[in-house]
Amino acid sequence: MPKLAEQIKDAAKKLLAEQKVDLVVGFAEGSLPLRGTPLFARTPEEADKLTWNLGCENNLANYLRKKPGKVAVVAKGCDVRAIIALVKENQINRDDLYIIGVPCSGMIDRKKTAALLDDEDILAIEESGDTVVIKSNNSSATAKVADLLHNSCRDCSYGNPVIYDELVGELLPEKEAADFTEINDFEAKSVAERRAFMNSEFSKCIRCYACRNACPLCYCEECFVDCNQPEWIGKSAYNTEDNILFQVVRVFHCAGRCVDCGACERACPMGINLRLLTRKLVKDVKELYNAEAGVNMEDKPALATFTVDDPEAFLLKE
Amino acid sequence: MIISKKDIPGFLDKLISEYQVFAPVQEGSYTLFKSITSGTDAVLTADNTKLPAKEIFFPQSEKLFNYNVTETGAKLETDIDDRKKVIFGVRPCDARSLVLLDNVFNNDKFQDPYYLTRRANTIMVGIGCNTPASTCFCTSVKGGPFDTTGLDLLLIDTGDAFVVEVVSDKGKALAKQAGFAAASDNDKSAAAKAKEAAKVTCQVNIDGLKDKLDINFYAPIWDKIHEKCLGCGACTYLCPTCHCFDIVDDAVDCNGCRVRNWDSCAFPIFTLHGSGHNPRTSNKERYRNRIMHKFKYFVDNFGEIACVGCGRCIKNCPVNMDIRVVLDDVRGSEARLDS
Ligand code: SF4
Ligand code: SF4
Ligand code: SF4
Ligand code: SF4
Repeated sequence: MPKLAEQIKDAAKKLLAEQKVDLVVGFAEGSLPLRGTPLFARTPEEADKLTWNLGCENNLANYLRKKPGKVAVVAKGCDVRAIIALVKENQINRDDLYIIGVPCSGMIDRKKTAALLDDEDILAIEESGDTVVIKSNNSSATAKVADLLHNSCRDCSYGNPVIYDELVGELLPEKEAADFTEINDFEAKSVAERRAFMNSEFSKCIRCYACRNACPLCYCEECFVDCNQPEWIGKSAYNTEDNILFQVVRVFHCAGRCVDCGACERACPMGINLRLLTRKLVKDVKELYNAEAGVNMEDKPALATFTVDDPEAFLLKE
Repeated sequence: MIISKKDIPGFLDKLISEYQVFAPVQEGSYTLFKSITSGTDAVLTADNTKLPAKEIFFPQSEKLFNYNVTETGAKLETDIDDRKKVIFGVRPCDARSLVLLDNVFNNDKFQDPYYLTRRANTIMVGIGCNTPASTCFCTSVKGGPFDTTGLDLLLIDTGDAFVVEVVSDKGKALAKQAGFAAASDNDKSAAAKAKEAAKVTCQVNIDGLKDKLDINFYAPIWDKIHEKCLGCGACTYLCPTCHCFDIVDDAVDCNGCRVRNWDSCAFPIFTLHGSGHNPRTSNKERYRNRIMHKFKYFVDNFGEIACVGCGRCIKNCPVNMDIRVVLDDVRGSEARLDS
């Protein structure tokens, strides 16, 4: 990782010094243990703060829409997928974007690290190869990085950026696509059980919209929840039904566009299992149309194309 | 006075028969204040709850009144919550935050009956923080891990027991009613030791911050500071001192209720006027408002900083926007950011 960080810095400084770009969006060292935080570097000096670690978990594609000038971005696999989706939706001009691709084998989930130490305050997380040492005031634990990954990273088979202008580090061995075990299990439950799960999960929602705002594909100028003429949805938080309605509409709106990056779930302060919904749609789109969002520049977005043999099982009952 | 830890559930059970008792309850990986039905539900070991204690007094969504319009006129019904409450296990920062919020809900212009009735009917039993988290900076904003501001009783963890410090008359009456045993000299010195050993490791220098904010509304620093902020409501909703609200009607035709909901300065519809104009057009103005409101406007209005250093916004911001770093940047703007 330190080596990658150096390479990223060098690449960014060069781009800025040669005035090939006006801005580099990447990660700086954050203020919490093993936490990267988005950085906007406009000079080579500022680019000196760039880094790379196992906590660079945000999807930086979120910051690229309608940015003026030439912009470079330090992008891991899922960021690149979101970039491709946004290019196809005319939200990013590919010619104005320079992608510094970083092969990524996953970011670690701080909830999982905290759980290892009984949710004590984590004071330090030290990386060493494929393990990390986690320290709190009274205890410490060693764990495999692979066991601490975000679920979305665990299941991701696009860690290697699918497009880039420059690659730092080495491409990783190809990984098999994960199956949809969790989704299948959920689908196998009865309607009442699924309903009960949704109710208990979304009773926790505080409607902070961090999920929406962290999602690179959620960019409506006016979100339907913010509109009050007409008022599509109750504004108050005491109604779990409305919380569910918000999330379900958000997830449907991302159908065929969601790149399964998990940014929404990571952003949620209340720890709600959002990926269950987003990945259900990923599965449906895959099964119905054999499509995946943002995996190449050529495919049309699933919902922007039509063939006569598209399945219509949900439309017509034969 | 002293209460042994094993007597806590029994003590709470007794309270429950007379009061609505709120205590931290485990919810997955975090704790939340909930109204408990059994003394064993209270979790007193975790650090701060995910959501602050403010939601008990100023709920995220509060029905102000129900209304019903018929041909003969309009009928209003208000239901003010006047149940007697005990908040058990509140941390000193959250207790202090309520004293700050009192300024908003009780001043020479407005007295808010919903909030004030709850405040008047509530006894606050705090727990001192033997091991403040690495994100806590209460001592930089006039608080402390054993600060008693806003509390009626303070419990100090001495291992197997809590030494009870009486702070107010309300607390004194509750302690008397509970019949706590007297603390021995040993217990007292154990409590004093716990207080001494508790270290808030993080300091935020706020010297000169207000002077800076008084004059830097248009400074270029605001163009940069907000850049990574997503504009969500996580920091404001989790903050014990944030108090902006919006009032909406939850109604079908003319029957329904008027509700007061938490609002957040980070949202695009915050301060959006009916005309369509919004004085805070972008994230820059909104994030600036968050800092200005806490560290300037609240000081101008009430003489206090509206941050108690609980660290919730630091731990929960999805992009690691750290208010300590922001304040550093604001204080040293020319030196720190304008390179
Ligand atoms: S919905 Fe969630 S997983 Fe899908 S693109 Fe948006 S943030 Fe990523
Ligand atoms: S981030 Fe979580 S709590 Fe916030 S609106 Fe989304 S689901 Fe609800
Ligand atoms: S500072 Fe963080 S938590 Fe607050 S609005 Fe911005 S992104 Fe959300
Ligand atoms: S601003 Fe942050 S640290 Fe200060 S009281 Fe609010 S949540 Fe706590």
